[in-house]
Amino acid sequence: MFKVDTAFKWLCLGCAGIIGVLMMGFFIQLFMSSMEIWNEFGLGFIVSSEWNPVTNKYGALPSIIGTLSTTVIALIIALPLAFCAALFIVDARPQMGNILGQAVDLLAAIPSVIYGMWGLFVLAPIMQDYIQPFMVDKLRMDKLPWVSDEFNGFGILTAGLILSIMILPYICAIMRDVFQMTPAMLKESAYGAGCTRWETTKDIVLKYGIRGILGGVFVGLGRALGETMAVLFVIGNMMGMPDNIFSGATTISATLAGNFPEADGMQRSALFALGLILLAMSFAIQVFAQYYLHATSAKRGEAR
Amino acid sequence: MKNMLTGSTLALTAMLGMSATAQTTINGAGASFPAPVYQNWTYTYSQSKPGVTVNYQSVGSGAGINQIKAKTVDFAGSDNPLKLEDQEKNNLQQFPMLTGGVVVIVNVPGVKSNQLKLDNETMSGIYLGKITNWNDAKIKALNPGLKLPDLNISVVRRADSSGTSFIFTNYLSKISKEWADKVGFGSSVKWPVGIGGQKNPGVCNNVARIRGSIGYTEYTYAIEANLAMVQLQNKEGQFVTPDAKSFSAAAANADWSNAPGFYMVLTYQPGNNSWPITGVTYILIRKDTDAAMRKAMIDYFNWCFTAGATAALKMHYVPIPENVVKVVRDKVFK
Repeated sequence: MFKVDTAFKWLCLGCAGIIGVLMMGFFIQLFMSSMEIWNEFGLGFIVSSEWNPVTNKYGALPSIIGTLSTTVIALIIALPLAFCAALFIVDARPQMGNILGQAVDLLAAIPSVIYGMWGLFVLAPIMQDYIQPFMVDKLRMDKLPWVSDEFNGFGILTAGLILSIMILPYICAIMRDVFQMTPAMLKESAYGAGCTRWETTKDIVLKYGIRGILGGVFVGLGRALGETMAVLFVIGNMMGMPDNIFSGATTISATLAGNFPEADGMQRSALFALGLILLAMSFAIQVFAQYYLHATSAKRGEAR
Repeated sequence: MKNMLTGSTLALTAMLGMSATAQTTINGAGASFPAPVYQNWTYTYSQSKPGVTVNYQSVGSGAGINQIKAKTVDFAGSDNPLKLEDQEKNNLQQFPMLTGGVVVIVNVPGVKSNQLKLDNETMSGIYLGKITNWNDAKIKALNPGLKLPDLNISVVRRADSSGTSFIFTNYLSKISKEWADKVGFGSSVKWPVGIGGQKNPGVCNNVARIRGSIGYTEYTYAIEANLAMVQLQNKEGQFVTPDAKSFSAAAANADWSNAPGFYMVLTYQPGNNSWPITGVTYILIRKDTDAAMRKAMIDYFNWCFTAGATAALKMHYVPIPENVVKVVRDKVFK
């Protein structure tokens, strides 16, 4: 009996250990394979915007900026949508809530390459023919520094829009779970004290569920950072610094997917370095999220 | 992997009792520029020759070269010719297989195929990002009969590294000093402007989707996608339309006997009817392949040069002329 217990303990430890070892392995492997770049350019690789295979000069800044800007746009669009959808689904009549909830969940089941095809064949033409002309001609948004009057349907905004649809179900699911956990007693008391629905939502549900909302933000962030296929189709794959949200750009993952099969020598090393940067970014976000949630949980009066 | 596959195929055929002859599988990978012909050839050849299967994966010239260096394929296709010293360093042999054309495609409302003319200055100006609207005075002056709209030019180019880009940027370097100084040529370069599409079909798709776009692609892909092509200016200053005739006019100039390791670039050749963006596509084989496999491959390539030529012509590629085939046979196949 004792032996089985010990064996099981070691088995579990081994399984848990593998995850840590794998994680370390990824970092080490990516770092080793990108040594050439770090030796040649040092940390300047991260802030350089040059990407020239002819002269063998590489920099990561355009890819990093593209990754961050598409992610931010995706979050700006997806957050309010997911928040409202989650609120409604939680408070709606059960059958309706179920159906709507399932529908949102189904969005997560669509493979990302399908989003990419849809983006290329449906969304990009709609952007070029309706949305971008509307933004420029009717809303006169080209007066803003980050919007231009030159557009062709591709670019950061289109990629961000697709990403927002892709991360919506994940954010929404987490928010729903948290909102559902708001004790009925608290809500009833608020109604009893004469609060309107909006006030109850704002002061009770939102305060109680802030953790879930932040959790949703981080899950969405993590997913948007690394998304490849859908972005690759509509981002425009331009290795330059984007000047506005209509301009073509590239993300780290799109650069990797587009260039790896053909790359060798210095370029291959540069791609590994980009991979390392992406992994470090995702890792940092996860660590920060865990730390932040842990640090603030006491203030919200939750037991931990 | 290959041995395992052959082994299991053998076991399977033995089990089914269908055939006792050994199954040879020749695996190739590389350039997407000649891929339509290669896929047609591999299919026809495998059908007509029981016991031999030829596969060709269109993964891009650079990937093909990487794979043949790593010995993961038996032959590679490449549009980006290797110099003789590179071939020798990696124990490779290179020979030309086909000539074809890269064409410029546009999506401009009201402009049909072969109507629009672009000269050297406007072509390089567009790809340098200096000419940005279709109603630019310079484009209008070249096309007095066309109604060109007030529409932004969206440049489309390859996002991945590619032999088609090598041929195209080589042409741009020859027609524009500014391009040669600022950008240069190669299978991937630092493009001044332009949206990247994945492989030839990706570029065609983007051009078909974006109003006001211009792109470049291999001729067959443009025909299949039914996209409007552009007349370009050649070295003699003549405007020519892209077709098998103008490709072979350019190919006729090639002096293969003075090309060490068959290194040859066919862009911007002299001749009144020569298409300026003509390219040669190559096959790379290893010198150290075992004799049986080498014989099977040479049989196949010999078939491509003879029986395969008709299929290539039908698909608008120009087969290598008879005398060059003879040089290949003498120097490489012997």
